[in-house]
Amino acid sequence: MSDAPLSLLLATPDATDALARHVAPGLRAGDTLLLEGPIGAGKTHFARAVIKARLAALGRDEDVPSPTFTLVQTYDAGGVEIWHADLYRLTHPDEALELGLEDAFGSAICLVEWPDRLGTPPQGAITLAFAPEGPGDARRLTIRTGRSRWQALTETARAL
Amino acid sequence: MTLTILGLESTCDDTAAAVLRDGAPGDRILSSVVVGQGALHDAYGGVVPEIAARAHAERIDGVTEEALAKAGIGLAGIDAVAVSAGPGLIGGVLSGVMFAKGLAAGAGLPLIGVNHLAGHALTPRLTDDLAFPYLMLLVSGGHCQFLVVRGPDDFTRLGGTIDDAPGEAFDKTARILGLPQPGGPSVEQAARAGDPARFALPRPLLDRPGCDLSFSGLKTAVLRARDACVADAGGLTEATRADLCAGFQAAVRDVLAEKARRAVALYLEEAPAAPALAVAGGVAANSAIRAVLETVSAEAGLAFVAPPLALCTDNAAMIAWAGLELFKSGHRSDMTLAARPRWPLDSAQAPLLGAGKKGAKA
Repeated sequence: MSDAPLSLLLATPDATDALARHVAPGLRAGDTLLLEGPIGAGKTHFARAVIKARLAALGRDEDVPSPTFTLVQTYDAGGVEIWHADLYRLTHPDEALELGLEDAFGSAICLVEWPDRLGTPPQGAITLAFAPEGPGDARRLTIRTGRSRWQALTETARAL
Repeated sequence: MTLTILGLESTCDDTAAAVLRDGAPGDRILSSVVVGQGALHDAYGGVVPEIAARAHAERIDGVTEEALAKAGIGLAGIDAVAVSAGPGLIGGVLSGVMFAKGLAAGAGLPLIGVNHLAGHALTPRLTDDLAFPYLMLLVSGGHCQFLVVRGPDDFTRLGGTIDDAPGEAFDKTARILGLPQPGGPSVEQAARAGDPARFALPRPLLDRPGCDLSFSGLKTAVLRARDACVADAGGLTEATRADLCAGFQAAVRDVLAEKARRAVALYLEEAPAAPALAVAGGVAANSAIRAVLETVSAEAGLAFVAPPLALCTDNAAMIAWAGLELFKSGHRSDMTLAARPRWPLDSAQAPLLGAGKKGAKA
């Protein structure tokens, strides 16, 4: 069963950061966030903020480079790995398999940009679709989830 | 004894092997073989990432064989095996490291693990025998940082990008404007006919002190300007596209120039005997950016060095060279050499993001 999508207006990049900081602590091994949206919609910005928040909770401050060229950047977040993937350059779902993403979906926290390159996304993944809103920095975020444990997240987001 | 080093590289899309012999700068590279995107580009009509560890594993022995054959020597003529052990896509790095270990063990040769970024940063010594310490701008699709290079294993990062690298910004600008990949050459070409003053694009982080850079917002600004033009005119004209390219390129150029000036000032505080700015990476091929960096160097009395493009993009000659420098300074790796997806050159420094706070680094 799927909950109704939640739509949020993120007025500034700071609002995106705030949402990321709310989401980050609740993520655990096996969680996958599919980050959709066109170029410049703020997918990497959000992923970077989530990773920074998780590392900051461990007292660490590391670079979070764009994964566009390396396809995947991995982070050790104290007992769980975070995989930050940008699949834009992939041309076939098999290539995602080659990257080791299938295994990571089961064992790591995965933040996946351009998830349409995946053949079949993992079950229970949550989709965050970013879109520009108006001429400024604002973004419209639509969250789609089929898993009830994400309700806490969406409730948090609703309260923002 | 004149050392001969086999270098291996497989950290991203390209599989490469090279044989390098110590000697005069122009005579060092006996062979350099790179198999990757370039070779596949035509056949597939697009950029095909060689992401698979398998793709590297399948190729690296053949590529090595070819490099040895082109150099006209066998493994018996090699003194050490240098391999890029990171940073990069872990499957590819592992393929290279495992192969290098096998080769070193089988042939009884010393093994040297090389940081891929050190390979890029030491290339001006391979090509021009540049003296330490020199200022290095590493500017490519995936990287952008200012380094003071003091030795083959001694780097200080003065600043770098806090988000995208300039090469990525060029590629994404090309994507936004419907220009072919790779974006660097196509944006530069379109910019030639454009008016850089028509669009007021931002110069990110220029208002803040330090040598850190940011390019992600610039990409978004290009996108917004494009959308506004499309809404006004019902489409994107050639002239508008050229103006956007020119405006974008001018913004990148201005940011790199100003940050380079600041990096030069910091570097000159050390009073280097033979001050020099070296630039490496694919973005250094952009003539507008290269010209402004030459100007910045000249203004400050620095020599300017830019290795040829073939040695600025991923290759194994630079790995062999870095291996040679490390070997001569006594470095050896053993069978515990690990492939590292993340491996900052300057692990003693605070990271780029949120600079100022100390923290453990990968």
